Amino acid sequence: MQDSFDLTKLIFGRLGWDAIPFHEPILLATFAGVIVGGLALVGLISYFRLWGTLWRDWITSIDHKKIGIMYMILGLIMFLRGFADALMMRAQQALAFGDNAGFLPPHHYDQVFTAHGVIMIFFVAMPFVTGLMNYVVPLQIGARDVAFPFLNNFSFWMTTMGAVLVMASLFVGEFARTGWLAYPPLSGIMASPGVGVDYYIWSLQIAGVGTLLSGVNLIVTIVKMRAPGMGMMKMPVFVWTSLCTNILIVVTFPILTAVLAMLGMDRLFDTAFFTNDRGGNAMMYVNLIWIWGHPEVYILILPAFGIFSEVVSTFSGKRLFGYTSMVYATCVIMVLSYLVWLHHFFTMGSGASVNAFFGITTMIISIPTGAKIFNWLFTMYRGKIRFELPMMWTVSFMLTFTVGGMTGVMLAIPAADFVLHNSLFLIAHFHNVIIGGVVFGIFAGLNYWFPKAFGYKLDTFWGKISFWLWSIGFWVAFTPPYILGFMGYTRRTSHFDDTSVQWLFQISFLGTLMIAGGIGALLMQFYVSFRDRNTARLRDFTGDPWNGRTLEWSTSSPPPDYNFAFTPVVHDNDTFADMKKNGYQRPLRDFVAIHMPKNTWAGFVVSALACGVGFGIIWHMWALVAVSFIAMMAAIIAHTFNYKRDYYIPADEVVRTEEARTRMMESHV
Amino acid sequence: MSEINAAVTGGSISADVSGRYIAREHHPEQGTLLGFWLYLMSDCLLFASLFATYAVLGRNYAGGPTGAELFDLSLIAVNTGFLLLSSITFGFAMIAAQAKNLAKTQMWLVVTGILGVAFLSLEIYEFQHLIHEGAGPQRSGFLTSFFALVGTHGLHVFFGVIWLVTLLVQLGKHGITPENFRRLACLSLFWHFLDLVWIFVFTFVYLMGVLP
Amino acid sequence: MIPKIVRRGLPLLLIAALSGCNTVVMNPTGDIAKQQADLISISVWLMLLIIIPVMILTVLFAWRYRSGANAKYEPDWDHSTKLELIIWGAPLLIIIVLGVITWVSTHKLDPYRPLDRIDANRPIAASVKPLEVQVVALDWKWLFIYPEQGIASVNHLVTPIDVPVRFKITSSTVMNTFYIPTLAGMIYAMPGMETELNAVLNKTGNYQGLSANFSGDGFSHMKFAYKGVTAGEFDSWVAEMKNNPGTLDRADYLVLEKPSAKEPVRHYGQVEPALFNRILNRCVSEGTMCMNQQMHDDHKRNQMAAAIRQLPKDANKSLLAEAIEMCVAPFNTVKK
Repeated sequence: MQDSFDLTKLIFGRLGWDAIPFHEPILLATFAGVIVGGLALVGLISYFRLWGTLWRDWITSIDHKKIGIMYMILGLIMFLRGFADALMMRAQQALAFGDNAGFLPPHHYDQVFTAHGVIMIFFVAMPFVTGLMNYVVPLQIGARDVAFPFLNNFSFWMTTMGAVLVMASLFVGEFARTGWLAYPPLSGIMASPGVGVDYYIWSLQIAGVGTLLSGVNLIVTIVKMRAPGMGMMKMPVFVWTSLCTNILIVVTFPILTAVLAMLGMDRLFDTAFFTNDRGGNAMMYVNLIWIWGHPEVYILILPAFGIFSEVVSTFSGKRLFGYTSMVYATCVIMVLSYLVWLHHFFTMGSGASVNAFFGITTMIISIPTGAKIFNWLFTMYRGKIRFELPMMWTVSFMLTFTVGGMTGVMLAIPAADFVLHNSLFLIAHFHNVIIGGVVFGIFAGLNYWFPKAFGYKLDTFWGKISFWLWSIGFWVAFTPPYILGFMGYTRRTSHFDDTSVQWLFQISFLGTLMIAGGIGALLMQFYVSFRDRNTARLRDFTGDPWNGRTLEWSTSSPPPDYNFAFTPVVHDNDTFADMKKNGYQRPLRDFVAIHMPKNTWAGFVVSALACGVGFGIIWHMWALVAVSFIAMMAAIIAHTFNYKRDYYIPADEVVRTEEARTRMMESHV
Repeated sequence: MSEINAAVTGGSISADVSGRYIAREHHPEQGTLLGFWLYLMSDCLLFASLFATYAVLGRNYAGGPTGAELFDLSLIAVNTGFLLLSSITFGFAMIAAQAKNLAKTQMWLVVTGILGVAFLSLEIYEFQHLIHEGAGPQRSGFLTSFFALVGTHGLHVFFGVIWLVTLLVQLGKHGITPENFRRLACLSLFWHFLDLVWIFVFTFVYLMGVLP
Repeated sequence: MIPKIVRRGLPLLLIAALSGCNTVVMNPTGDIAKQQADLISISVWLMLLIIIPVMILTVLFAWRYRSGANAKYEPDWDHSTKLELIIWGAPLLIIIVLGVITWVSTHKLDPYRPLDRIDANRPIAASVKPLEVQVVALDWKWLFIYPEQGIASVNHLVTPIDVPVRFKITSSTVMNTFYIPTLAGMIYAMPGMETELNAVLNKTGNYQGLSANFSGDGFSHMKFAYKGVTAGEFDSWVAEMKNNPGTLDRADYLVLEKPSAKEPVRHYGQVEPALFNRILNRCVSEGTMCMNQQMHDDHKRNQMAAAIRQLPKDANKSLLAEAIEMCVAPFNTVKK
């Protein structure tokens, strides 16, 4: 009896040898590099017998500090990948004029700009801000960890697995060629039958689950775990912005999940959500994706605003001007960000009243944003400003982001947007606010909190080189697109006919090279800092290298696992500054045992299985999907049977840790 | 120890001042239920997106069958009865759990689970029947959004049933511990939430789908 | 350390040096585009009212209150109601002005709105009929149909100056954007949907149009030539085109629709009437039902079903239902 059952099809789906890009030299070279580098890394870890440490202290860790650091590492690695994409795009656009087709045919160029956007937003900016919030918020509110430490570990690994899928698309198959938001019908099964859009959908779905749960986690942490005496209006501003960011996450990421699921169903099951026929409506996708998309950019910028508030206050040696005003401004921005989404598609043909409404709401957001900038300015006023790196980044932000905000309000006028939509002017605008706002904010936060996390400051010399290359390089790279936008040039173009504008693209490429230099200087900064970490110039002996004002600076650098031997009691804003002013001394005796959560294997394992499910769906490997999914459910259920999830750090270990700190602080009075 | 203290502070030990800044014993509040509420609200938004999609696509029949032609309201009424009843029985389970009556809790949970499975079975039957009639999710925008909305709800009920079975096993193993009670409370929230969503589905999709 | 002012001045210097470039968006030849350019200018000036003081204050405060300088230090000064009022009030005022400008201009420059002027000095009478051009965004070229004249062209658009033009726009497969920078703003071209753009060109010349929404591999080459001519030249061009042997009927369209990039200019002297309607409603192929017809039938069917349900109990509903089913719906999906 002959069966049409094909075992190979069930196991391998549409995966075949042709999925590997044997005939693409750039990809093959990259692949080879990754293999060699990966093997070297594995070899080093094995040689130094670090696998146990890696598993125990990092992969299974539920410590918010470790998880925060891992998010930053993920962000940094993906930053290098995303920037490589940017370099390739700029190079192509500087070359491809007239008869010169450049080195990236459309088939590749289209993947590069899609990957660039997806990676930068989802796997660079999100991990960076999540990492900083994860690390800093519990310390700033006087807590020992977040509300759900296991979920935190799971969230991190889900985000990482999403990144793994995106990276895998480089070497197995291809990525989407639709732009970072993958509008149908272009992203539908008819126009994009390959695996690219499926990689896109599943990497974002997996990462999205991680982010959503992280949002729930941080909200509960902030609401329930603040130290006694820390009312809402005594929280540091960074905690306020984190709260608003995470509320936005919880309220918007489900929409991304829903809309990507619908697109996935259209592609996999031939449903009619966004098709041209059978009653589908592609405009529905555009609406839903931007109802997610606009709050997303506020999710990115609000933590950066929080960082700037902390930095300006600390390095001006002054209380933040207008605390109440800042809090209200943040909450207003959070609410309004939900009412502006249509400004991303004024040109889709809505009526004038609808367009005008959304244009006006978009402009209204600039009012609280402007209030924040003024409040930072007046914090600087009559302060004693120390231009350490975090403060330098902040001033650069204020000068850069403001222009970006201005161009944003220009685009908010629908009739003006009709001539600037999707142009290089738009590209310049959003890079202006994302780089000037989010990236500079991350660099400020990085330089500010690095000593807390690792016990030594980042090197200033290389930091300044990075700062200047970024600050100037940004303008060199993005002023040409502003001009080109006024010349009618649109985005996502891989080839041009009019050679008279080539020089503008070449200048832009030069700016990108400067930024590349800035990134190189950043890497040098890490290396030199690590190398010189024990010198007097960099080492942080006291835990308070900047004369900080908030609670995290009252701990050692790095803090012990338990953060605080005793939970602090709060009496005023700028809690640590208040404590120092009133002669607070850290307690030196009567330590007790401290209740801590245990590590977990479940986060990593379940996420890896989710990755398997995603990979299987992409390649139609239904056996893999079934097995991975069942294993995933089994792992989750097994984890719930584990009731013994905590332990106590014995009192004498606490004593030893605290005494060691006392000795360190004394030796450098 | 006090010598070290003196050396650090430069002589004056201001114990009272420092005392006001630390809490010797501090137990942070339990955040599980708030966390679960937040997750549930995010789920609410997921359903909101699906409802919105149904609102937009729900009259795009593409020449295919309409709700009025397809829906068997008596079947749906029975199904609704199953689900509403299961919410009540879960409520009884929670009352028994609060009274620390393990056997009664388990019994009511089993009844809830059976009602949940009955709901799912009828729903699968309905879906299979529709598909057999040529009214599958591929047929039109209306049917796509219908299957997505009702199907997602059903998927949630399915995972709820799995959770319920798991919890039954864990109750059998450990009894009604504070941890298990917390888990029951979360599942209870989940179950009632699904019931609430179903009321909206029943109203906007089935009842209004049959009206002109 | 390079003073921040110098660093900030660099881009402005660049912009000044580039004033020779052809910034078509700010120097267009179409009236709508001209009004849009004016709008951009006004908004920039209004916002500079806030932006420039902010920049100056930033540099000023950073310099004046740096730790080495002997400036006044007030570490606990963190509140001033007066300042807060200005901080919230000044931007609010500017936004109110911008908001009013937005409301008015969005309605005035709505692409769907029939034109009421040819340029700033010449209004149009209400009775003037615009020239209708139907636009189809294909993969990856542009099809222009002149329904009144019965001609069509690929990647070549010609319109007379000082005559209002009404573009009716759709797409064949994916979303594109119809954009002629010198003429007017852009609007999406979407499959199964029709958008509209009303515009008028004020100066003859050779221009270019493009798609401004990424649509696939051939996107970068999806440009078309746009020529603005006098009314007389336009009439002779139409007459010349009518003699072109090329024809565009449904079969020709299906061939044209196939994906191709860098298409050369092509003209058609004969176009099948109501071809655009078929393209819009996705029924160019033989045997497919037009979308508008289908939606109309669905609506009718629903109304009939509702009416039947309203009938008194003794009426023979099932017979009536069957009778109507046979006329209207091609599928027998009624459950017994």
